[in-house]
Amino acid sequence: MDWSALSVSLRLAAFTCLILIPFSIWLGRALAYARFRGKGLCEALVALPLVLPPTVLGFYLLLSFGRDAPLGAFWAEVTGSGLNFTFNGILLASLLANLPFAVQPIQRAFEHVPHNLREAAWCSGLSPWQTLLRIELPLVWPGIMSAAALTFAHTLGEFGVILMVGGAIDGETRTLAIAIYDRVQAFDEQGAAQMSALLLLVSFVTLGLVYGLAGRRRWARG
Amino acid sequence: MGWLGAGGGLVADVCGASLRVAVNQPGPIPLAAEFVCQPGELLALVGPSGSGKTTLLRTIAGLYRPQHGQVECAGNVWFDAERKHSLSPQRRQIGMVFQDYALFPHLTALDNVQLSVRHLPQPQRRLQAEKWLSKVRLEGLGGRYPNALSGGQRQRVALARALARDPKVLLLDEPFSAVDQVTRRRLQRELALLRQQIEIPIVLVTHDLEEATALADQICVLHNGASLQQATPEALFTRPSSPLVARLLDRHNLFDGVVVTVNGQRRLQWGACSLEVAEGLDELPLGEQVTWYLPPSDIVLHRRDRPSLGERENPLAATVDELVVLGGITSVSLRVNHGDMLRFDIATHAARRNQLTSGTVVNVSLLAAGVHLMPGRADAHNNRT
Repeated sequence: MDWSALSVSLRLAAFTCLILIPFSIWLGRALAYARFRGKGLCEALVALPLVLPPTVLGFYLLLSFGRDAPLGAFWAEVTGSGLNFTFNGILLASLLANLPFAVQPIQRAFEHVPHNLREAAWCSGLSPWQTLLRIELPLVWPGIMSAAALTFAHTLGEFGVILMVGGAIDGETRTLAIAIYDRVQAFDEQGAAQMSALLLLVSFVTLGLVYGLAGRRRWARG
Repeated sequence: MGWLGAGGGLVADVCGASLRVAVNQPGPIPLAAEFVCQPGELLALVGPSGSGKTTLLRTIAGLYRPQHGQVECAGNVWFDAERKHSLSPQRRQIGMVFQDYALFPHLTALDNVQLSVRHLPQPQRRLQAEKWLSKVRLEGLGGRYPNALSGGQRQRVALARALARDPKVLLLDEPFSAVDQVTRRRLQRELALLRQQIEIPIVLVTHDLEEATALADQICVLHNGASLQQATPEALFTRPSSPLVARLLDRHNLFDGVVVTVNGQRRLQWGACSLEVAEGLDELPLGEQVTWYLPPSDIVLHRRDRPSLGERENPLAATVDELVVLGGITSVSLRVNHGDMLRFDIATHAARRNQLTSGTVVNVSLLAAGVHLMPGRADAHNNRT
């Protein structure tokens, strides 16, 4: 059993969720409410990782993470280290690869909040922030939960992009999914079986917890 | 600026707490409306769909900003387009009941109301919210979520939420349209009772003339965003300011006539008849084409057995063209010799007693005091059925 791979996977999934969900609440809400030119283009960009082969996304990320590319150079300037084959690199890749899984459920949820509920909140004296916290977020909560669940589970299972930009450095970029592949390559069938079972269990428990929590809404029962 | 009532006269401001609205814009939603609502008064904005009723309500609430105009309430300027001044909905202190109530589905009835009493210190909030729920007769239902309440109960929660804010003006956007007839009657009655306890301007948006007549002190008639006339229901139905207003109010008996002199007296020539008119005829030049309107209540059917009051006024013979029995009321259409149709309602038993049947000739009087003269011709309007 590769415990350090499990730890990398869990850390990666947790950080991805922590960073991506607040950002997706902002972006999903903006896409749901705002009417602006180029909105379709924006939505297409968000959805792109859904259809792109992970190796293609990984390839472009690998290029842009290089020290002679603007993004890689900027990162090196600010942090003093590179992005390729580091945990920060696979985290950044994971954030991009998971964008549609996080943004789309949240955007759909905001689109289903009747517009006049916000207006009713304003007329009741609630500021825009209070309206967001007390009216909108509780109503889109199931969407947020499902975004978090999808992002978490998808990060645990992500393989292609991580392998392209991270390789398989022990304790840094070797996630559980990659470790399983390594075990199979090394004919360690038992190790692969153990880790596969563990990944299955973790994914199932996460999803079960999240959907269970999201489903407990007394007011939504008809 | 002078606040002109849409009827043309200056509307007296009896108290500084009134609501005054004057807005104007060519598009995208055309608006040219002016109205005033005094505290304790219920003003109904009526008009067909697309006449800008809801937009005007949203303008008062601060949810819509027209290009020109002002909104003033209780001496405060809420909106002034020229000075680029607009208070947010939060700062206008309004109570609004939305068409579909817009209750927060994830909060109980009590919490819905409690959200709008946050101007009070924390310990009083719950008590105040409960007080408002009991005022709208929802004691004991505070713990329910909106989806466990009936349509009428939801409307009451919405009303309690709007009033709990201690608003400066109460805005009602078609508040009775989403409930059944029986519930609607009951809610209208309750609103009429509740009104006696609140001394703020109330603006009701409705397309239901009956509802407006029953509830409102003043009615403002809107058409394509323009306010055509503001008056009491009684004045509006007897003295519409133009043929268009009469048409929007579903009035019949709109006709064309000419000002003439008969034996040295001013008369209104209508087909072969020259009618006596109590008011307004002397001011018009001879030969002037006018549109005139007669409220159905000023058409008096002569009884066959004995004469009744007012028979000497403008008597004329007409043929019964159509009788439509609607329960206890019968709608009678009479064809006058030159082709125009007079329409009025009488009690069904009276129609039977007078043996009214299609084709019979009857005598009626058109009361001179009821004849209302309007500028412009009615051609486009009096062929309506």
